[in-house]
Formats: sequence, structure tokens, C-alpha cells
Amino acid sequence: MFKKILIANRGEIAVRIIRACREMGIATVAVYSEVDRAALHVRKSDEAYPIGPAPAGESYLRMDKILDVAKRSGAEAIHPGYGFLSENATFAQACADAGVKFIGPTPHSMKLMGSKTSARQQMEKAGVPFVPGTSRGLASSEEGEQVAERIGYPVMLKAAAGGGGKGMRLVHTRQELRSALESAQSEAQRSFGDSEVYIEKAIINPRHIEMQVLADEHGNTVWLGERECSIQRRHQKVLEEAPSPIVDPDMRRRMGEVAVKVAQAANYTNAGTVEFLVDPQKNFYFLEMNTRLQVEHPVTELTTGLDLVHLQIHIANGEKLPFAQSDIQIRGHAIECRIYAEDPDNNYFPSPGKITVLLQPSGPGIRRDSGMYEGWNVPMDYDPLLAKLIGYASDRQQAIMRLERALYEYFVAGIKTNISLFLRILGDADFQAGKLDTGYLDRLLAKANPAVASLAPKPEIKAMETIAVIAAGMFAVLDPASSANKNGDTGGTSSGGAEKILSNWKQQGRSEGLR
Amino acid sequence: MVYEIIVGGKPHRLELEKAVAGWECRLDGQPIHVDALIPRRDVLSLLVDGHCYEIKREQTATDLHMWVGSARFSVELRDPRSLRSRQKAAGDEKGPIKILAPMPGRIVRLLVAENSEVEAGQGIVVVEAMKMQNEIKSPKKGIVKKISATPGAAVNPGDVLAIVE
Repeated sequence: MFKKILIANRGEIAVRIIRACREMGIATVAVYSEVDRAALHVRKSDEAYPIGPAPAGESYLRMDKILDVAKRSGAEAIHPGYGFLSENATFAQACADAGVKFIGPTPHSMKLMGSKTSARQQMEKAGVPFVPGTSRGLASSEEGEQVAERIGYPVMLKAAAGGGGKGMRLVHTRQELRSALESAQSEAQRSFGDSEVYIEKAIINPRHIEMQVLADEHGNTVWLGERECSIQRRHQKVLEEAPSPIVDPDMRRRMGEVAVKVAQAANYTNAGTVEFLVDPQKNFYFLEMNTRLQVEHPVTELTTGLDLVHLQIHIANGEKLPFAQSDIQIRGHAIECRIYAEDPDNNYFPSPGKITVLLQPSGPGIRRDSGMYEGWNVPMDYDPLLAKLIGYASDRQQAIMRLERALYEYFVAGIKTNISLFLRILGDADFQAGKLDTGYLDRLLAKANPAVASLAPKPEIKAMETIAVIAAGMFAVLDPASSANKNGDTGGTSSGGAEKILSNWKQQGRSEGLR
Repeated sequence: MVYEIIVGGKPHRLELEKAVAGWECRLDGQPIHVDALIPRRDVLSLLVDGHCYEIKREQTATDLHMWVGSARFSVELRDPRSLRSRQKAAGDEKGPIKILAPMPGRIVRLLVAENSEVEAGQGIVVVEAMKMQNEIKSPKKGIVKKISATPGAAVNPGDVLAIVE
């Protein structure tokens, strides 16, 4: 087994991997940018080395610096986490060349799955169902028109190298096709340096369901059940659950078998995820394969009882999978909320800054994978994901109630978070009924925000206001030093005149001394 | 102790008197008995009539909030005997208003020039954080007296970006 692993990431996922290593008796090496010296992953690691300035391009994406740290520290393997270099075949190759084991698939599988058109060509050969369309980039708008005529409008134009909604266009009529193709191609060129765009039939408001697979380096591949990931905003997942409310055991087995076929067609090894679009008739189509550990992997861990990061490390160490497909049992229900530093009252704008108060939930069935702590300054340079709160229970209804309970225990002050959004989703009738598709969240957010205050019956708001008034006064009496606002104009101490001015100076001095 | 506390735009008069057990309050003249303690900074445990409340306090550079459950109340707290706070509060309505950076970030561009007229809600500068651009708006109609933000510069929350009068 490896003695030392370098984690080429930051935030909650770096902490999660460090924990797995510690559980396995493996020493850890963290890397950090200038603004991440105080980050939790650096505090939790055995060793840590700086790799450059805040911008990811000058630190977390610098393969040379990361490999240099691996060499200096004597790390035998690198876990890339998700994002950053995790799906970069060049990095995986550079690791291999440097004699460091990359914990993930081979560069060859990554390259194959990295381009959507080459993945489609491969899957076509393997007989995997995918959305009707072309498996190659369009040569001209005439070709696009012919294909669209054959498969029927609406159609979707997609960048081969795409992701995150970039280089994607929905086309309803023949007249729109030419200009949509041109703009998709130029956006793809600008975003990915590759203008290849292909066409497929548009499935309007599909579900997005994905299947976890694991493959060892001895030809054994298993599926571990699906995750329902339809709740998205701007093509970013917000809440995920396992199992999906619409997948029954037969559909699960069929999806799992297709996912294994996909993985085998790509000679895939380690943990991966096969994404499917599912139409209202429950037909599923191969969309793409994510060649990394996913953000939402905990819901699969809870419903299978497996630790995917442990298994990734064992697989990378050349071991065989310690179980067969028939050993995998899906039980219970898990739901994950992605806690982002963003402001629900201001169009979900990012909200970096200092966390002044942090109260965190715990108790039965609650898992919290977090990269934040009280007093930490959330840097403005990276993805706003702060933590993941996962509720696990014997069934979906209980998991919803449990997560609601935990969300009420969660409190973050100093920065804004999207915690209130999850209370809205979990309380929504369509969510509770499992009526989900990728347009669900936009529809929910378009409805008037039934803020807790306006939902509550009138006397209840009044009672809460009364409590807020009494609380403000009690805080001022019981904790006068920190009650005075920094600007000094809301100071509520009963002392007056010179004494008050003096105490303001004292407070200022104290608060600066504490910084 | 007497406070004037504004919640939801409504002023309340709160008198607090230490009792043998807990506190005797008069809220707008109504007597209420409460028991209160602070188990940790910024958290208040309140017992009113046998009901338990845990209230969280959030202070930013500019605002004070009380969280009751998942509802947030914006609070202004004044000591009525302090003339200074009154004058200051009154002055805020008319005089120059400082536009502060609400979050750490980088100035992307200016949307108006100094001495130009702006409407309430009009964007003044664009601040970028976490790869998102955020327009900082004027809270009132007036003239932009000064712009202290420079494109490309980093800002911290509470930094003055502009002054509108």
C-alpha cells in the first residue's frame, strides 16, 4: 500500500480524501495557494506545501509545481479530487511519466471520454443507447439541416469538448439552425479552443440520472446504483439523491448493465460515473462519462455502505475489487445539499468573506463533508462550494424530514449561503412527489418566494418580531462589548458621555487586537 | 435599561429590569417575563412563557440581524438617551451616502462618472467575486460626489466605493 498520497485539490473534497488516507494509515501531502494557507485541508494534512498565487491557473492547475511537490515530499500517488486537474489526461500522463500513481483512470480512457463525439463513436460501436444525432462534428449547416430533418426538431447543438452549458444551443426550427450553429461553434472555440459541434435530438426537460461504476485493473467492473441529479441551476447540480424516485430495481439493473458496458468499452479503471438523460417514458440515453470522483459520491456511499475513496486507493494500488456485483445491496435513501457561499436574496451572487458564526448540525443520519470553519475567510478565487450536508434514512420521506431538521440546525453568519433554498426545495410538493426534471429548479425559483415570514400565519410573524426585539435588547444587556456596532452609531449600552466614548475606543482596540 | 429597537421598520420601546429570576420586560408598555442567557458568542437562549427560542445574532460592517428560526430580522438598536445616535440617524436620510463593498472582490469597471446624476437602484460599479460579476447599486437618487473604486483593484467588505449625495 502507498505510504504517502498527495491531494491535488482544496476545500471539502481535499479534507474528505485526507480523512480516508488517515483511516488507512497513509500520510497526506496537501498543496495550497497563497490565499489558502488557513484553509481546512492545510490544517488537517500531515504535510503541506505552497504552490503559488491565488488564481487556479497559477497554483492548483500547475502540473509542474504539483509534481515537484510530490517528488520533494516522496508521495507515491496523487488523488486529484474533482475539478481542477481531475479530468486532465495530460496530467495523468505526466504523473505516469514521473513515476507517481494517478488515482483515477488511464490517460487513454480519459481522452476517449473527454470528447463527447469520440465517446459517442465508441458507444455506438458498443451498442449503448444514446440520444439520436451525429457522432461527429457537423461539417456544414446543410448537413445539420439534413440530420435535424431526419431526427425531428427541436434539436440540440453541443460542443464536442463542452461542459457547463457552454457551446450549447437549443434549436426549434430550420430557420434558426444556421446562426445557432455559427454562434455555438465560435463559443466552443472561445471556451475550449475547439470549435467541433455535433447535433442531437433535444429532449425537453429530461431527468438527469447517473450511475456510479467501479472498475479494478483486473477487468472487474461493477455498478453501485444511480443518483438523481435533476435539480440544477445554470447546469450546476444543487441537490442530489439516491436512489432516484422513479427508478425501480429492473430499470436500475438495466442502467447499471449499460454503464458497465460503457466503462468496459473505454477500458475504464477506478471510480467513474455514467450520466444518462431520461425522458418522460423512462427511456434512458447515454450522455457522457465523468472520469473522476463526483461531488455527490456520498449519497452512493450511504446507500451501499461502501467507502468510494478507500476503494479508489485500493484499486490504484493494484488490488482486486473485494466484492462482486451480486454483493451490492442498495438500502435506505440519501439526499445531499450543496451548501454554496451565495446570496439567495440577490440572484445567488457569490458571497465570499469571513465566517463570523458557524453552528453545524449533527445527530442521527446526518453526514457533513465541510471545508469551512468559524473565523475562516472564504476566498473569492474559487468555486463557492463550502460544504455538503447529507441526510440518510430508511426511506425518502424520513430522509427529507431529517434533512429539514438538520438545515434548521445549520447557521452560517458573516457570509450568505443557500441554506434557505434547500428548505424551499424540501418543502415543495413536486419535490416531495418526486416530480423532477432539469427545468424543475428554474420553475420553483420563478414562483414568488414564499419566504418563511410570509408563509407563516400573521400572528406567528408578529410573535417572531416580538422575539427579535426582546433578543436585540437582551444581547445588548448581556453582551454589551460586542453589541455595539463597529460604526459606533448603534451602541446600546446605558452608559453615556465620556465613559461611552472611552468604551468605544476600548472595543475598537480589543476587536483589532483579536483580528 | 431602555432601548428603542426598530424591527421591520417599526420602532419599539423595550424596558429591561433585572428580576430575582430572569428579567422583567416592558415591550411597548406590555409586561413580559423572560429568562435569557448567552451559551456562546452570538447565540441567545430565551425562555418566554415556557417557550424556548434560540436566537442568532449576525453583525456585518453595516447591519445587525436577529435570526429567529430561519427568519432573519433586520434590527436597529438605539439608546433613546443618547442624542448622538439620533442626530446621526436623522443625518443619514439626507446627507451623503457611502456606498460600501458588500463582499471581498475585485473592481471590474465603473458604470458612472463622478458628478453624474444617478437614480435609486442604478449601478455604480461592478465587483467580481468567485467568477461572478455583481453590480453595486446606488441606494438613492442623487449626484455621484466621489468614486474611490479603481478598476482592477481588490476591495474588502466595508470599503467605500463611492459617495452619492
